[in-house]
Amino acid sequence: MKPFSYERVASPGEAVEAAAARPGARFIAGGTNLLDLMKLGIEAPQHLIDVNRLGLDTIEPTAEGGLRIGALVRNADLAADRRVRRDYAVLARALVSGASGQLRNKATTAGNLMQRTRCPYFYNTDMPCNKRRPGSGCAAIGGLTHNLAVLGVSDACIATHPSDMCVALRALDATVETVGAGGRARSIPIAAFHRLPGDRPDIETALEPGELITAVTLPAPLGGVQLYRKVRERASYAFANLTVALVAEEGQIVRLAFGGLAAKPWRVEVAEGGDDADLAADLALAGATPTEDNAYKLPLARRTLKATLAQATEVRS
Amino acid sequence: MTATPRLPVTLSVNGETRTLTLDPRVTLLDALREHLLLTGTKKGCDQGQCGACTVLVNGRRINSCLSLAVMHEGDEISTIEGLGTPEALHPMQAAFIEHDGFQCGYCTPGQILSSLSVIEEIRAGVPSHVTGDLEAPIPLSDAEIRERMSGNLCRCAAYPNIMAAIRDYLGEGA
Amino acid sequence: MIGQGISRTDGPIKVTGRAAYSAERQDAGPTLHGYILGAGIGRGRVARIDIAAAEAAPGVRLVWTHENAPEQGPAEGIEGDMMDRTRPELASDRINYYGMPIAFVVAESFEEARAAAGLIAVEYELEPGAFTLSGFGPDLNWRRPSQAGDIDQAMREGPVTLEETYSTPYHFSQPMELHACIADWRDGHLHLYLTAQMVNQLTTGLGKTLRLDPGAISIDSAYVGGGFGSKIVLHCEAVLASLATMALGQPVKLMLTRRQIFTLVGHRPASISRVRLAATPDGRLTALGHDALIQVRTDDAWDEGVSSVGKALYASPNRLTRQAHQALDVQPGEPVRGPGELPGLMVLESAMDELAEKLGMDPIELRLRNDTQIDPDKRLPLSGRRLADCLREGAEQFGWRDRPTRPASRRDGRWLVGYGVASSMRGHYQTSAEVLVRIEPDGFVIVRSDMTDIGTGTYTIVAQVVAEALGVPMSQIKVELAHTKHPKGNGAGGSWGAANTTVAADRAAAELRARIAVVAGTGYNDIFAEVRRHFPDGIEEIGKTLDNKDDPNYRTHAQYTYGASFAEVGVDIDTGEVRLRRMLGVFAAGRILNAKTARSQLIGGMIWGVSAALQEAGVLDPRHGHWVNGDFAEYLIPTHADIPAIDAIMLEDFDDKANHLGVKGIGELGAGGTGGSVANAVYNATGVRVRDFPITLAKLLPGLP
Repeated sequence: MKPFSYERVASPGEAVEAAAARPGARFIAGGTNLLDLMKLGIEAPQHLIDVNRLGLDTIEPTAEGGLRIGALVRNADLAADRRVRRDYAVLARALVSGASGQLRNKATTAGNLMQRTRCPYFYNTDMPCNKRRPGSGCAAIGGLTHNLAVLGVSDACIATHPSDMCVALRALDATVETVGAGGRARSIPIAAFHRLPGDRPDIETALEPGELITAVTLPAPLGGVQLYRKVRERASYAFANLTVALVAEEGQIVRLAFGGLAAKPWRVEVAEGGDDADLAADLALAGATPTEDNAYKLPLARRTLKATLAQATEVRS
Repeated sequence: MTATPRLPVTLSVNGETRTLTLDPRVTLLDALREHLLLTGTKKGCDQGQCGACTVLVNGRRINSCLSLAVMHEGDEISTIEGLGTPEALHPMQAAFIEHDGFQCGYCTPGQILSSLSVIEEIRAGVPSHVTGDLEAPIPLSDAEIRERMSGNLCRCAAYPNIMAAIRDYLGEGA
Repeated sequence: MIGQGISRTDGPIKVTGRAAYSAERQDAGPTLHGYILGAGIGRGRVARIDIAAAEAAPGVRLVWTHENAPEQGPAEGIEGDMMDRTRPELASDRINYYGMPIAFVVAESFEEARAAAGLIAVEYELEPGAFTLSGFGPDLNWRRPSQAGDIDQAMREGPVTLEETYSTPYHFSQPMELHACIADWRDGHLHLYLTAQMVNQLTTGLGKTLRLDPGAISIDSAYVGGGFGSKIVLHCEAVLASLATMALGQPVKLMLTRRQIFTLVGHRPASISRVRLAATPDGRLTALGHDALIQVRTDDAWDEGVSSVGKALYASPNRLTRQAHQALDVQPGEPVRGPGELPGLMVLESAMDELAEKLGMDPIELRLRNDTQIDPDKRLPLSGRRLADCLREGAEQFGWRDRPTRPASRRDGRWLVGYGVASSMRGHYQTSAEVLVRIEPDGFVIVRSDMTDIGTGTYTIVAQVVAEALGVPMSQIKVELAHTKHPKGNGAGGSWGAANTTVAADRAAAELRARIAVVAGTGYNDIFAEVRRHFPDGIEEIGKTLDNKDDPNYRTHAQYTYGASFAEVGVDIDTGEVRLRRMLGVFAAGRILNAKTARSQLIGGMIWGVSAALQEAGVLDPRHGHWVNGDFAEYLIPTHADIPAIDAIMLEDFDDKANHLGVKGIGELGAGGTGGSVANAVYNATGVRVRDFPITLAKLLPGLP
């Protein structure tokens, strides 16, 4: 871990000011992903801005009937919030399927959005990686790709996004609220927040340098049966082979997003409104480019979606 | 050769105020182990993948390996050393001994701190991956406890005995 | 006293965090901190290495590479005992495997050492390496053959035959305590606080490496956070920390990172097996063949005995077990819990299950029908052969009669449910060992041995045995272990530690009793009063055990431990996720010294079998030779949520051929055939037979409805 300077800030304004003053600075909140990456030399910020004391840790109703989740609300607290459990079950279930109790106590809403891939070649600094060192190449392509992406890949990168929370947020059409240089506030729809790799896999989100996430806003509750199915080899505390976030009503797909298939949560809007899981899987997986190692994800996605939709129907009846 | 810059930080550790001057790179885990010589908190992976470093910060369990000590100014840190002593064991510690909830003992402090937190988290209504009805009170079932204990790996695989210890502790009217 | 389920005597300090493991020892005072830079390629050489920036970094005290590291004893060939070999580090520019140390930094803090290691610039000269176990080639050099009759002819005659290929992956021990060492060079003596399973054994190789008299080296491993084989041989942390403290004159602490342990500590080699079985229609084996191809290192040969389990498990007139090697450019293999039998039994017991299916027989019946009381390999009577008892008792307790007799026939909601069974067997070994027992006139008994307690309960069982032998309460016995200054045994490994140590301790105690009886008769009430009266300075004796080769019982009886494992699994019909539902092991392993700790160790072993069947696999990149999944997020070991209620039953047993206490070992036995029982349960649940372990959902999916 390279040496860095450290400062604690007391308001979002101070935070963005500090970031603007120090190129190469990074915000740190939970730190559960960033510090791991710093220890491995994957991230090497020169300056850390500790944003843990900004407030931003409440969940408030919005005028539109939704919820505004402060950026620093911890994953465990978000999952435990009564309104989230009642009205946004897919989010609560996604949150608690991720990581461990200890990590969920520390990890924040904003930090979860900013999680970086678990691609093993990204994690190994001896390997070329276009995310880590733009232009160095991708060691994952042609390597062991059992848990890498089958959708939205490029010649530069086949990594997946590891978050569970973000899959649910994508299904719920959340909005990411930010503040940037000079105090300029922005609302970024979750659909536009995470990027596919293209030729710049190192640019993972729509955030600009020094831009701070302040909140995530959920629209008014969708109702329906909300399920989150995480498929993994280990019963707990493991990254997914794939996940399905589903909101269904009377056997009909209201919202559908997959995790573990691409560099961002894979929403399948074309399948929404339908009631045929096979057709939805066809639509979701159209254009998939699996490798020999991860081709299993295609039938797995189909089967898991069918099972989850069936379960949603059962819950209803 | 230039010196590494250091920052002051004041922590409350097991109720005692401790002021340290630390390289900002020092994790909370290493601050406890290397600077305060509280080695009951274990380093098992140093990357949030095993739970051996579990401590309570302001009453909540976290992995101390993935937090910088300087981020904890003014925080209350509780470690295994603050729970009980060999002469005056906490009932959960006694239950771990009685049910042989460990073999090598290295993951044990983390398991014990987690087990107490798990019970509190269930009672506080924090849901888990195995919670059925998200809106109903959560039962102190084996499935709930196992799922919530899963952030603490044990390579000796004392899991069934740890469950027995937690059950016994709960039976004693905790 | 012996046999009682007494709680661990080291329990109170372990549950309160007071037990100090290697890197936590304060004996040497404040230490400097080391950090290793590992090679970033799998094979080649260091063409250029620039340490100027690292040397100039804050806090740095020393940076070594092959260009400036101290001269050490040269690497030795593989002919000698692996325990005695040198382990020179940074000795040349050669890179033999990914992650091999190429530089070592010592600094005033861990943070400074790690950061400085990151400043070292390296240029490599890459050479093509061999990183893939390719399968049985044409010109194999068969080793360790054990043969009877003519297996080829028996396979031709059948009538019921099975010939299948199975593969098992790399496994890693990965105990929870990181490999670590504090080295303190003081007044011409090297003190090591090391996490190790054996201590005196390490001084020979370490002494030769450091060019020190082994007598000038002390190793203290009072508390060890698990081993499972990985802390048996000498590793780089002991060598580099020692060299550094000798160079700097200050104590040096070196902890490997979890990721480094995947490259700097050995693995269980991968294997490919061809199993051939033939039987009569009523289930008598007429052929049993197991050919195994084992990965080794180019210049090292840890020969994982995968095929050996077939030598003596079942009777068959025609039998051939043997193995061959394929050398790859990865670190040397090392013992990992259940060496040989964990992968070997998983394979052979899967094949037996397949044969039972072909015969239309209950798999337990097939095993009972081929039971033997004569070791087919050694042609000696088997002492304590109670495999059949284990199978029968387990069948009863587990409710085997309720098993789904047809594969894929039982459902519980979306779960396919299946039962599986497998046999376990593990050789009982004994080595020469000495233990000192001393009675102090002040009312305490001291037991000293260099045996370690790696979670095995040694502190407790030794106290139990001596307490019983001398008729004193356990509270008056102090057990001092795991230091080179104590009498030499053979450490913890190979499941021999408990029997060696307790038998030697019991003999020492018997000698003491005999000496006291000479002067005090046998009718005394208070042994300490007699000691005070007749031996005012205290009295001590050293008890000994013989090595296998010197023990006459080993020439007349083949000695093993036995078990049977029963598993019930659920397989998610949609996703292929496999989850264990319940499990039972029944074991006959001689006299049990402590019912509580023994049960724990057997259950722990069984869980190793579960994850061997379902989760654990080190994945080696075939192009670069690095471990792709080298951390606890990707190399999956079970969590609490993976493990439901498990029980282990120990049959009342006593093996008088093993030793006078009737004791054998249990450390490996639990792991033995458990993987096979899980694999067979998965087949029973799904009708899908996966022969390439572990059985993951991707391998099951194509066969699911």
